[in-house]
Amino acid sequence: MASTGLYSQHRNNRGLLHLRNTLIALVLVIFAALALFPIFYMITSSFGPAVSTAGNMRTIFPKRWTLDSYVAFFDFSPYSLRWIGNSFITSVSTVLGNVIFASMAGYAFAKIPFKGSKFLFGLILVAMMIPYQVTQVPLYILVVNKFHMSNTYVALILPSIVTSYNVFLAKQFFASIPTPLIESAKLDGCSHPGIFVRIVLPLSKTVLAVMAINTFMSSWNTFFWPFLVTSKDRMYTIQVGLKTFKFANETLFAPMMAGATLSALPMFILFFALQKYFLEGVTIGAVKG
Amino acid sequence: MTTSKGVSLAARKRFRLTSDDLWGYAFIGVSMLVFCIFTLYPVISAVETSFLKYRPFGSQYIKWQNYAETFKNALFYKATKNTLVYTAVVVPLSLLLAFSIAIMILPFPRKVQSVFKSIYYLPGIASGVALSVVWLWIYDSSPQGLFNQVLSFLHLPTQNWLSSSKTSMLSLMFMALMSGQGSNIIIYIAALLGIDNSYFEAAELDGATFMQKVRYIVFPLVKPTTLFLLVTGVIGSFQVFMNAFMMTGGGPDNSTTMIGLLIYKNAFEYSKYGLACAQAILLAIVIAIISLLQFKLMGVDVEY
Repeated sequence: MASTGLYSQHRNNRGLLHLRNTLIALVLVIFAALALFPIFYMITSSFGPAVSTAGNMRTIFPKRWTLDSYVAFFDFSPYSLRWIGNSFITSVSTVLGNVIFASMAGYAFAKIPFKGSKFLFGLILVAMMIPYQVTQVPLYILVVNKFHMSNTYVALILPSIVTSYNVFLAKQFFASIPTPLIESAKLDGCSHPGIFVRIVLPLSKTVLAVMAINTFMSSWNTFFWPFLVTSKDRMYTIQVGLKTFKFANETLFAPMMAGATLSALPMFILFFALQKYFLEGVTIGAVKG
Repeated sequence: MTTSKGVSLAARKRFRLTSDDLWGYAFIGVSMLVFCIFTLYPVISAVETSFLKYRPFGSQYIKWQNYAETFKNALFYKATKNTLVYTAVVVPLSLLLAFSIAIMILPFPRKVQSVFKSIYYLPGIASGVALSVVWLWIYDSSPQGLFNQVLSFLHLPTQNWLSSSKTSMLSLMFMALMSGQGSNIIIYIAALLGIDNSYFEAAELDGATFMQKVRYIVFPLVKPTTLFLLVTGVIGSFQVFMNAFMMTGGGPDNSTTMIGLLIYKNAFEYSKYGLACAQAILLAIVIAIISLLQFKLMGVDVEY
């Protein structure tokens, strides 16, 4: 049963083995309950009354379940629903850009011997280690003051349309595709675009799915950049909208939880649908790094 | 005539682009363009700005003054201290917690392992804003706050959590420990599953106990993973911004002002772009040194 020799003790004593595993499972379940609790609390209390009255203790399960708090959140701004739409537009465009351009660049760096390839890839590697605080001010000046692009989708999307990290990820993966495969396709008269589309991409569905999911998650959850480049509430993403709602309604408990739940809901749905790729994504990024 | 022709021919040969070169540039074109505009240019511009008193029209070159001002500023030292304390507590405890949980998940069948991995990963997919909002109410300093309800249930005095400089930092640390373990656990499990069984079998023949196996086999063999998580953890922790920005605003009495928040405030609240850039560059240098140091200290025998 034990998948590793680390747990070889009590192998010959079934009773003791079961007792040990039950105890370990118990500890794990307690930890899991603690880790999940904030999410659980967020969801249950979002169904509480929109306005809490004095003497009405906040409880983990609301006494009366209602959707009033969601209504209160949507009533806060005429654009509440649009915030979710803005997040979708931004995230989906960012995902498409990254999957297309990062995989193209990754293929070139991994399999096309071109002049300067090592230097340029090295540049991308170094850039990955620079903290975002360094680039945030010049990037803000560039996009808002020089390009005059604040409150546009272009400003939300373009700076992360292809990230160094995704180029790196794609290159690492494509490097593991055997070069003779590509050489023989070349001898058969296949050009690089042909090889890329017909051989490399079909072999890389998993890594592309992982890249798409990770990019969607970070784009959906990102707060800082949308916060900097949007000043009109028409153009907020859901994360910026939630922050604005929070600072405007310091006392509204359940509606704030409703907003938080709404901002996380698409990620939860995606997670339950594509769990395997989420979990795989964690190790793909780490093991080869 | 002939010589000059020969030279130009040789030169042309050296710089002639093959079809591979052209395809390479075509494939990386968009990525490199985006990279140059939105990463490379901002980095260079940040270095330049750190020597400027920035104004939208007619910035003034002021040499090292932004750096000098940084090192004279008491708040900078306080923010550095806060960041170091936060990192020194959160990162090692996170690794210990993640390692222990990963070890405990190991004896179960793959299916059960996946379930636990998913559960522990779940809090990490909610955004920082959403988690901050939730924890804000958990830490609410009124008797209605969740933690205070627990305390009064236990007949203990209620706390001000985020609004007292005694507990504010601890509260942020606890929140970080509770919400960010998923990926660490998954990475540790992958490393643990990669350990060859023959090591344990050999140890068994020598009569090694469970703790001895962990100490002498597992620890050394997952060292590259620990190093990786340590480096990424420290780097992430040095840039921490969200929790303090959303939950305390750096207060009370700057007890939760960390470097990330300080740079943000200098840039976007006080419009001191030059100062913010100088501090960001100092941060980048410190991060670079720490990564090098960690690899030197721990990584002499680590192979990549």
